[in-house]
Amino acid sequence: MVAKLITTSSTGEKTEFELVNETTTIGRKPGNDIQIDNLSVSGRHAQVITILEDSFLEDLGSTNGTYVNGKLVKKHALENGDNITLGKYQIIYQNSAGSGEQDFEQTMIIRPGEEGMPEEAGGKEIDKSVQKISAAIASEAAATAASPMANREACLQLLSGANAGKELILTKALTTIGQPGVQVAAITRRPQGFFLIHVDGGPNNSVPKVGGSPIGSNAHELKSHDIIEVAGVKMEFYLK
Amino acid sequence: MNLQDKITIMGLTDTGIVRRKNEDAIGYDSALGIVVLADGMGGHRGGEIASHMTVDTVIHQLQQNIPDITPGEVDAGSGFSMESICIQNAVVAANELVYKTAEENSEHKGMGTTIVVLQFYNNSFSLAHIGDSRCYRMRADKLEQITKDHSLLQELIDRGFYTPEEARNSMNKNLVTRALGIDPVVMPDIQEDIVLKNDIYLLCSDGLTDLVEDEDIYLTIKQFSANLEEAAKQLITKANQNGGKDNISVMLCRIDDDFSSKIGWFKKIVAWFDE
Repeated sequence: MVAKLITTSSTGEKTEFELVNETTTIGRKPGNDIQIDNLSVSGRHAQVITILEDSFLEDLGSTNGTYVNGKLVKKHALENGDNITLGKYQIIYQNSAGSGEQDFEQTMIIRPGEEGMPEEAGGKEIDKSVQKISAAIASEAAATAASPMANREACLQLLSGANAGKELILTKALTTIGQPGVQVAAITRRPQGFFLIHVDGGPNNSVPKVGGSPIGSNAHELKSHDIIEVAGVKMEFYLK
Repeated sequence: MNLQDKITIMGLTDTGIVRRKNEDAIGYDSALGIVVLADGMGGHRGGEIASHMTVDTVIHQLQQNIPDITPGEVDAGSGFSMESICIQNAVVAANELVYKTAEENSEHKGMGTTIVVLQFYNNSFSLAHIGDSRCYRMRADKLEQITKDHSLLQELIDRGFYTPEEARNSMNKNLVTRALGIDPVVMPDIQEDIVLKNDIYLLCSDGLTDLVEDEDIYLTIKQFSANLEEAAKQLITKANQNGGKDNISVMLCRIDDDFSSKIGWFKKIVAWFDE
């Protein structure tokens, strides 16, 4: 069952648009897949991306905003019956496929340039366009994987203590910092970035701080220019 | 160093109640601190073959190479420990084998597998993964997912279309963006971290995490932290009670004792303060 957008004109006439393409654009100007001739709607107002049987609404920086069920959204995963408001105009999203209990239990692999899904893909015909967008996302994912933030060089510069001013380049996947018996922390390089981890709080069980606040027991993602405090020594973390 | 008495490792795998066959594979070596889990995919026994081939190859390769290296020694070029490099080489070897086998047997074309490899050494671990099988850590009464899925769903969360809570109800759950055996080359995500006494590490396939909430996983591990076999059984039972739609694999590792190698990691910590 193909998901649909149902628009209602000022005269009450309903029009259905089937979401068969990976991208459906909505706006006032010609060239949109769904053109709405209403001044409260921006030229290029919003788009709906459809992947398999799920659709996603994205506001394209419109003047009056995009609302779903009365709530302003930037990005939204659409659900059956959602009431989309663009300016003064309303659209209903209908997807009778429901969610959750479909045939996609079998794990499938999507990859850049994939021409077809592997066999036994739930025994379902998958639309070409879906393959295309999945492959596009997969290829983007592969591209980000190939150039992770982790490849950037990170440094710690000591701001206090006897070695103030000294710089440590974080060349290792795992760097431990601090003073045994007082406080020990570790900085680990994960594919998505660098994380500070509390290891040992010494007798007072003190926890390292980032920006003045103690981090929890979970890994804390570091942002460039974060000020870290471990074992009473302040240092700045930054990406080169 | 024999890690047998330092780390308790156990693993269970279950077909679930919907599938006819189990395409997951698990394996471990307690003495060397190697833990491996794979979730295979692809028709005509392909998934089963891919996952078993991968687990066997990785364990065998690590058994060959880990005893020869100095625990925790760092490769200057990459900044990774030699253990991480060994894991990467083992994963690359498994990928080549699965890919070649699929190329040579048309009925196995397109087979692939996820993988998570955990290697303990010198009060640390190296962790590599591809796909949507996960590693969690229970520490200080908190459960934390320490791998990030290579899946379409994770991509959609990263792009802001979903919150992790909303993602639970999505249908795109089982689309992985990276897998072993599908392409001639593959890169696992690798991370290293320090291990603390009483940490519990969980490796699992999506048959667990799709059906059992993180909160439930946390409560189960907390309740049965002293009996890992019972914890693993309970987790599998919960997944089956919630539908058992997929194969379920659970591996648990509890750090019972310090296992620093002779050089002492504490000395390294102070090294740069003292320089």
